Amino acid sequence: MIQLLSGDEAVARGAWEAGVTVASAYPGTPSTEILETLARFPNVYAEWATNEKVAVDVAIGAAYAGKRSLAAMKHVGLNVAADSLMYAAMTGIEAGLVIVSADDPAMHSSQNEQDNRTLARFARIPCLEPTDSQEAKDLTIAAFGLSERFDTPVMLRLTTRICHSTSAVELGDRIEHSLPPAARQFPRNPAKYVMVPGNAVKRHPIIEQRIIDIAKFAETFPYNRIENGDKSLGIITGGVAYQYAREVFPKASFLHLGMTWPLPQELIQRFAASVDRVIVIEELDPFIEEAVRLMGISADGKNIFPLIGELDPGVVRDCAIKAGLLPEDSRPQRVQVETGALPSRPPVLCPGCPHRSTFYVLNKLKVPVNGDIGCYTLGLVPPLSAIHTCGCMGASIGVAHGAMKAGSSERHVAVIGDSTFFHTGIPALINVVYNQSPVVTVIMDNRITGMTGHQENPATGRTLQGKETTEVEFEPLVRAIGIKHVKTVEAFRVEEVEKTLKEFLQLDEPSVLITREPCALLPEGRKRWVPLEVINEKCNGCSLCFRIGCPAILKSDELDERYQRPKALIDSGLCTGCEICAQICPRDAITFRNQ
Amino acid sequence: MNETINFLLAGVGGQGTILASDVLVNVGLAAGYQAKQAEVHGMSQRGGRVTSHVRWGKVVYSPIAGVGEIDVLLSFEKAEALRNLHMLRPDGLAVVNMEAIEPVTVTSGGQTYPTDDHLLAAFAKATSHVVYVHGAEIATKLGNARVANVVLLGALAAQVDKLGMAGMRLSFDIWVDVIGGRVPQKYIELNKKAFMAGWEIVKK
Repeated sequence: MIQLLSGDEAVARGAWEAGVTVASAYPGTPSTEILETLARFPNVYAEWATNEKVAVDVAIGAAYAGKRSLAAMKHVGLNVAADSLMYAAMTGIEAGLVIVSADDPAMHSSQNEQDNRTLARFARIPCLEPTDSQEAKDLTIAAFGLSERFDTPVMLRLTTRICHSTSAVELGDRIEHSLPPAARQFPRNPAKYVMVPGNAVKRHPIIEQRIIDIAKFAETFPYNRIENGDKSLGIITGGVAYQYAREVFPKASFLHLGMTWPLPQELIQRFAASVDRVIVIEELDPFIEEAVRLMGISADGKNIFPLIGELDPGVVRDCAIKAGLLPEDSRPQRVQVETGALPSRPPVLCPGCPHRSTFYVLNKLKVPVNGDIGCYTLGLVPPLSAIHTCGCMGASIGVAHGAMKAGSSERHVAVIGDSTFFHTGIPALINVVYNQSPVVTVIMDNRITGMTGHQENPATGRTLQGKETTEVEFEPLVRAIGIKHVKTVEAFRVEEVEKTLKEFLQLDEPSVLITREPCALLPEGRKRWVPLEVINEKCNGCSLCFRIGCPAILKSDELDERYQRPKALIDSGLCTGCEICAQICPRDAITFRNQ
Repeated sequence: MNETINFLLAGVGGQGTILASDVLVNVGLAAGYQAKQAEVHGMSQRGGRVTSHVRWGKVVYSPIAGVGEIDVLLSFEKAEALRNLHMLRPDGLAVVNMEAIEPVTVTSGGQTYPTDDHLLAAFAKATSHVVYVHGAEIATKLGNARVANVVLLGALAAQVDKLGMAGMRLSFDIWVDVIGGRVPQKYIELNKKAFMAGWEIVKK
């Protein structure tokens, strides 16, 4: 049976068909749908872990226990999990272990565009890269086999265009995977699984030999294949770049690499010898290109195609024309466009977002705010303009602490979401308690992992597979680590948020404000939607309500008679009735829900 | 037919762009083509830009097409129509929903939203095949503003058929079946009516 699947769905399907038993992940675009899909299949245990390091440890534990397992994450998640990746590369496994890294060239929703093939090489593990959904499924299955054959974790590297593009996939059946009975007991093999120095020194030569062995295997790996065409140009490529290259160079010869680390040297040399000129087309780093050059092959690559951002057929074609690889007239004609200046449409906090009130207050208090990764990073966008640093998951609290220890004359605030706090916020907050700085931490608890599209987390009381579970509560947790000043406030109560923040900013000790309110898009949030209205005769166009950056508040065509300023108008299709605007309006010109 | 037919769908989060592109890619598959789809949705849940590429062909490699390679631009929103017009090939087909969703940069910032005159002039210069649809109005008359996306699909389907772009006349039934398979049972009739309403804008 043939079905259209996204790359993420195809990876989940492949893992299921390969008999995966345990899967763990932390949500992150563009990888999130892998576990969401896998969680719905039978005979699979799938969970949201608190962070990517934990997810990889969980998958490693299952693989040690003899069950095929998978961990999935976005590219920067593998930085968090790097420690675990490195020891798993040293120990090897009992049953197949696949680590999925979903990279994000062009940074559609990420802080960088690091190329994680480098991490596979760094860890001495193989890296497989699909070029479409069918290969995403097939290579996932192949990865489990490779993992067991060579006693190694395997990286499956995807990119946004693979994860989020849809193409046809031939579905297969699940093949249950089981080890021989003798191997079913959890291994008691400290020489292999306890990485004290004495054992590790013996493992290191083994993994160096392993990658040499895998390179030999790569010579005949069926997803590394030559597609013969015109011999004047030979293109080495992998991942989605293969599709762009096929599109732009329909006649060239291709070396399609399904395994981009380690590389098949003999196959590459044979291919290079069969063509007049070799070019490498790959997104981001010159990863294949540099390896090919080290083989003594003269090849072009990043001197023609960009290092930065993602490729597409247009980019590949333009670069090829510029380099003289294609004639000028192969460029598609373009329309004459006179669109003039268009209004930008930056991502903004949704109407009814419970984070808005806190950012309105923080902006008003003019304090330095250290942000974190989640919807609330959008507190950065004018007119709220209330995030001043944001680097990675869990960074807010440590950065705020460091700034205070550097002698910053201002009190620093850290804002962090519920799920991000569990991810990497807790150690940083313990550090604030231990080393004492008067950082004000705001845990913005919107009862869900928001930005990746509503995933459960330890505070929601529900698991990925829909089971009820213990709800981790913030206030007792924060008190238990030694924070004395803790307050939980309903996020929409603007005055109370302001009063508490002002109070905490005067303290000489660490404090934590928990702003709690379900995301407006959750079913429990939606139930309460009641659009508000502007009482026209009261509004004098003072514009204060425009300063909360709510997409539901528009400028009316009607001007205030006295000041000639546009009055406010509420879009009833967008307004959810959060009442933040009604609370801050100095003239009571906006209705409350019960009015 | 051409080797491929490339669609670009552009809209704002919440307008049903993703459902429409899901329908489109499945219609391609049902009609016997290779079909691929790729979407980019930005970081915000509501109100962010959404674009989606759909390609049909005997052989389709890339899931996305480059600048000047779009045969059919389907825009759910006026400013997004203008923003993506440069992707269209000369004299390509455009279906534009005459709905404005003003971003906060307009409502609470200093930026201005393009006028209709400006939109019409820009499209007239780029192509002679534009269909303007008041999708929300039609959908509201049918009883639910949310099916505006299916009204637009109807107009697109009829126009593709009229121009013979797919090289074969895709039966009306293929579209209706695919849509029916993607919406809740109780909304199937409404969606059929919406598709028909869009189809008739062009066919009349």
